[in-house]
Amino acid sequence: MQLALLILMPLLGALLPAVRRHDPVVRLAVLAALPALASLMLLLSLLPQVLAGETLLWTREWVPTLGLSVSLRLDGLAWLFATLITGIGCLIILYARFYFAGKSTAGRFYTLILLFMAAMLGIVLSENLLVMLVFWELTSLVSFLLIGFSWDKRGARRGARMSLVITAGGGLALLAGIVLLGQVVGSYQLTDVLAAGDEIRAHAQYPLILSLILLGAFTKSAQFPFHLWLPHAMAAPTPVSAYLHSATMVKAGLFLMARLHPALADTELWFTLVTITGMLTLMVGAFVAMFMHDIKGLLAYSTVSHLGLITLLLGLGTPMALAAALFHLVCHALFKAPLFMMAGYVDQATGSRDMQQINGLWRYMPALMVLTAIPAAAMAGLPLMSGYLSKKMLFVESLQVSSPDWATLVIPVWVTLAGLFSVAYSIRIFHNVFFNGKPVELPIYPPKKISNSALSPLFLLAAATLAVGLAPQLAYQWLVQPAVSAANGLPLPPYDFSQLGARLPLLMGIVALIGGLLFYMARNPLFAIHARLPEVDAKEIFEWLMQRCIRFSQHQVYGLENGSLQRYLALLLGTAVVMGFWATEGFRDWQGSIALQPLDAMTLLGGLILCGAAFGVAIFHHQRLPALLLLGVTGLFVTLTFARFSAPDLALTQLSVEVMAVVIMMLALSFLPQQSPSESRWPRVSRDLIIAGVAGLGVALFAFAILTRPMESISSFFLANSVSGGGGTNVVNVILVDFRGFDTLGEITVLGIAAVAVFAFTRDLHLKERAVPIADENWVAEPHPIILSMVARLVLPIAFLVSAYIFLRGHNLPGGGFIAGLVTAVALTLQYMAGGLAWAQSRMVMQFRPLIGAGLLVALFTGLASWVFGYPFLTSAFGYVHWPLIGKFELASALVFDLGVYLTVVGATLLILANLGKLMTVAGPGKEIG
Amino acid sequence: MNHLVALPILIPLLAGAGLLLGYRLPLRLQRGLGILSCTLLTLLGLWAVQQAGSGDYTLYALGNWAPPFGILLVLDRLSAVMLLLTASLSLFCILYACRGTDREGSHFHPLFQFQLMGINGAFLTGDMFNLFVFFEVLLIASYALLLHGGGRARSRAGLHYVIINLVGSALFLLALGTLYGLTGTLNMADLAGAISAAPDTDKPLLVTAALLLLVVFGIKAAILPLLFWLPRAYSAASAPVAALFAIMTKVGIYAIIRIFMLVFGLGEAPIADAVWLWVWPMALATLALGGIGTLGAASLRTMTAYLVVVSVGILLATVALHDQASLAAGLFYLLHSTCLTAVFFLLADLVGRQRDRGYDRFSVISALNHRWLLGSLFFLAAVSMAGLPPFSGFISKLWILQASLPLTNGLLLWALVLGTGLLVLIALSRCGSGWFWRPPASTTTQRPLDPVRVGIVTAMIAVSIALALYAEPVMVYLDLTAQQILSPEQYIHAVLANPDALLAGGAP
Repeated sequence: MQLALLILMPLLGALLPAVRRHDPVVRLAVLAALPALASLMLLLSLLPQVLAGETLLWTREWVPTLGLSVSLRLDGLAWLFATLITGIGCLIILYARFYFAGKSTAGRFYTLILLFMAAMLGIVLSENLLVMLVFWELTSLVSFLLIGFSWDKRGARRGARMSLVITAGGGLALLAGIVLLGQVVGSYQLTDVLAAGDEIRAHAQYPLILSLILLGAFTKSAQFPFHLWLPHAMAAPTPVSAYLHSATMVKAGLFLMARLHPALADTELWFTLVTITGMLTLMVGAFVAMFMHDIKGLLAYSTVSHLGLITLLLGLGTPMALAAALFHLVCHALFKAPLFMMAGYVDQATGSRDMQQINGLWRYMPALMVLTAIPAAAMAGLPLMSGYLSKKMLFVESLQVSSPDWATLVIPVWVTLAGLFSVAYSIRIFHNVFFNGKPVELPIYPPKKISNSALSPLFLLAAATLAVGLAPQLAYQWLVQPAVSAANGLPLPPYDFSQLGARLPLLMGIVALIGGLLFYMARNPLFAIHARLPEVDAKEIFEWLMQRCIRFSQHQVYGLENGSLQRYLALLLGTAVVMGFWATEGFRDWQGSIALQPLDAMTLLGGLILCGAAFGVAIFHHQRLPALLLLGVTGLFVTLTFARFSAPDLALTQLSVEVMAVVIMMLALSFLPQQSPSESRWPRVSRDLIIAGVAGLGVALFAFAILTRPMESISSFFLANSVSGGGGTNVVNVILVDFRGFDTLGEITVLGIAAVAVFAFTRDLHLKERAVPIADENWVAEPHPIILSMVARLVLPIAFLVSAYIFLRGHNLPGGGFIAGLVTAVALTLQYMAGGLAWAQSRMVMQFRPLIGAGLLVALFTGLASWVFGYPFLTSAFGYVHWPLIGKFELASALVFDLGVYLTVVGATLLILANLGKLMTVAGPGKEIG
Repeated sequence: MNHLVALPILIPLLAGAGLLLGYRLPLRLQRGLGILSCTLLTLLGLWAVQQAGSGDYTLYALGNWAPPFGILLVLDRLSAVMLLLTASLSLFCILYACRGTDREGSHFHPLFQFQLMGINGAFLTGDMFNLFVFFEVLLIASYALLLHGGGRARSRAGLHYVIINLVGSALFLLALGTLYGLTGTLNMADLAGAISAAPDTDKPLLVTAALLLLVVFGIKAAILPLLFWLPRAYSAASAPVAALFAIMTKVGIYAIIRIFMLVFGLGEAPIADAVWLWVWPMALATLALGGIGTLGAASLRTMTAYLVVVSVGILLATVALHDQASLAAGLFYLLHSTCLTAVFFLLADLVGRQRDRGYDRFSVISALNHRWLLGSLFFLAAVSMAGLPPFSGFISKLWILQASLPLTNGLLLWALVLGTGLLVLIALSRCGSGWFWRPPASTTTQRPLDPVRVGIVTAMIAVSIALALYAEPVMVYLDLTAQQILSPEQYIHAVLANPDALLAGGAP
């Protein structure tokens, strides 16, 4: 629980500054410092146990199926990092109290910094690798928010995005690596993973695992070539740079490499990948740092170089190298943080970070100068300072390298050269800022004063740097030794600091020192050369790259998705055709076992006319009216086909549907020009022809194949049970209202929805004024001919009688609610056509929408009624009653259901029709019809 | 006989038909009815999940006709999960719509209910033709909802949507005709037996029918060559409708799982194997296209539409791997992605309403009110969407990676899942930083931010967080669901072992 508290305190403490964000900065700093200090105290109280070599564990299950549990672990290595995180965090909170004095953004900063502290503690304290990954990505996210802290600046936004993409992208690689690792080991617990080192290294996927995990570590720790995000992260406020991008977050990758050392290290691949990456990063960082005129830029590149140095040491793989790496890590955190703080104060005091302007500040801020001298000297590696020792340790370790051959010579020379550059930029940051003549055109001149209390965090860190330099044994014993032992699992012998005085390392140190001094003295001509080089801004390149990707995406995807329905349909049918070909490749048995019936002349003629009319529709589709008429012909012949093959119900339905469809389409046609222009060129037309032709032939072939096969189906059950179970002799109708009444319920709902959709769509639709019909012989002068309206009125009662007849007999003979509904609708439609919209509408007793609703409800409640008798939905009941005059008459619940169908069909059809009609009536009957 | 099984279809039908009958009811009452219906559906969803949790199949023989002759409703774990997901999503959507969207056109509420009826019916039915009917219901209702509010973009996208889907319906009928012609039955369980016992001379015809069905479901689910109706339709729809549509592609995926793992999935060398052969590359291509499309989107709604495409790709890939663990992981991802894509459609609307110009387009720089609140919501949603910890996106991604690793094709999926994850992250970070960081802080017009709308989006994001925190029980449930899906024999046995036992009493 103590371990969980370590993380929970800053996590929950982050709420305090968020809630009290309008408080003065001083109070906010206290609020933020409380949880951080509490965590630090708790850590210190655990020191005795850690020194005793204990490993504290705490576990709480989260998602056991995935091996994801909130397991925490505190050993020497975790303790070292946790102490650095909380300790420096406290000082940063103190520093920010001065940095953010008088600014309104302090609350946000403190919230984010505490969140970050919690996430960072999570990484180093995780026992479960997946949970570590969770915290890992959290640090990326918080870092994104912190780099974009001054979000109104373009550089901040771009820097934030760049760092997010690189570090979170690396996080994805790490995720992959960890999952692979977990599958190899069979557990995500560190204890198990660390114990399975030999197994992992022997596994076939070891190279992949290692590369993925290192990719994650390198991106986070800004190793070459992923270091590019770090200098651009300097857009963040200086406390953020000091904390995240120098002392803590960028060390997460190093931590990971140290943590997984026993599991992954000690192979040639590890040595090659890690050492070479470290060397490249070390050199690039050190070299570029010298030429940065921006103070924070210089510090950023120097951080990159130090991270490379530590990576290089981790790559060497010996326990002593590991010890040197951790020792340097501590030293770096202690001397880099005050330098950043100095940069922040100078920035605030002078309004500039450009070292071409900032010169000779010793006059204005002598105390700051003194406090900067110590960490700068440590960074340069001057004697008595912590950096002196760690650099010597690096030299010593570089000389220990015995294999491979190239490394024995290259590495010592390489590190000496890098040391030379680091001396140069260390001198530069001190000398250039505080001496080197007078300030040049500073935005704020004379620079503002810095209060002495503001220097307190610098003082503490400088003192710590000195302390480590003076008593290295103590620091080593308390911090590094337990950490290395914990990381390696083996007790580490005490370090012999006296060996640092040996000749060769001393020589290397002197070469670096003098060389660096010379290099710095030759700076002006070097700067001039550098200035002439073309300026390369990684952020711009990154942005350009992103833009290219986006343009590529727009070009490819949005070129494909171009809004052409023709293309989409061609793709759709093309897919179906290709799949059909693939499935039936080499298939021979198209014809089944049933012999073909002899062909009679009438059927043949009907079929030919049907085909001819269908072709006609396609050929004449530019002339809409003929095309529509031909469509009517096909419908008619389909009807005849149904009649020919003894399906009177289908024929009746098809006929009435056909009539309604043609009427509706005629209405729609009046909004369109009589002819549609040809818009497609011949390649596209022929493409479409081929696809349509093949698809059509395929369907025909399929129908042929199926119809020639014998069929044993459930329909025999329907035939047998129609009368006994459904109470009707018309099996088609019994299927519709009883056996599969649920389907019918669905279908009438579809009809109702379609009608309501038409209503909703046309309600507020204003079509452009239709072209005034040219008064020629094609248009009838009289819109509502008197003969038609007279006949129509006569037809109406007859039609009602017919539909009632069709409706009632439906259960036993061809007919039913659907057909009856359509007949009624056709008769009513005739009234609209004959008498005009307003005339007919004013005589309608009922609106159409409630009619649809009522029809659906009638059908629904008929179905629900069976619940009363303990039967499932839509169970039918029927009985026979004797009515006077009529005689024996069947009453079936299905009839009521059919009434619902009837009502819905009438309502839906008329709603569609009337609203389409409304569109073409200039002086219509108000806004809503139906 | 448990009538509750039929209620997820009947309640919205009742509500929808009632709202049509009372079409002049005051809007407040209409809203009340709609919300009541969705609440009841959510409760029913909870019941269904609990009921199916026992592992038994709850059957309901409509009209008291025994299978395979009558239509059967089947409630198993998969349909229960889908019912609950749909119901809870619909509750959020209707609450959001009641804040004014429903006033932008006619009859929003009945159409919304009919839409739910169609979706629920598709999840419950155990009959192929009935599935077709419910596909029609949900298609025509979604078309009407898509047009809700009117305007040129909606009409245009709607036309494409409905035409493509009608072609799909025609293919569906063709495939159904083939199946019925060859097997003589429509009940899914019965069909499965008949297909596995079909003679070799019929096999190529059955394979073609299966692939035609794949095309049909592929249109609904939005697989690569068939998905082009989606981006414009989804980005044109009004916000709560688009959010509800987040479930629509999942209906297609449900159908693919149900039909190919049950109806075509029986026997030693099931016909479904030929289907998976096609689904796998199409899913990966869909995933890649979705990722690239996300990056190039010009507005948040278009981006979200492509995020839907990404989710379809990932889901189908996990389905095509045809393995219990990966299928379960896919189902978890289904829950997560449905919730999150819906969130993004609503967020686009929230932001669009607060911007002076450009609505949700990225190219327009415009002042934005309430940057803090909206930015925080966007950040949380984006973190989850991009699959970063600690939200449901991370858990589901982790599960998919773990589940697909031991499989032959797993690493290919890995590369694509991680790669598109990065693309999505880039796209979201660009969108977020552009909107919430770039614009001038002060705005010319003060626009009130509707607390209810914000509350709905917050609650949905909270669902994503809860899904991560309490992932374990959900995962256990889904794992058993996948197991149930992959044992079609159980389903068939439950339906056909003793069909008459399903009936209530004798004939009335």
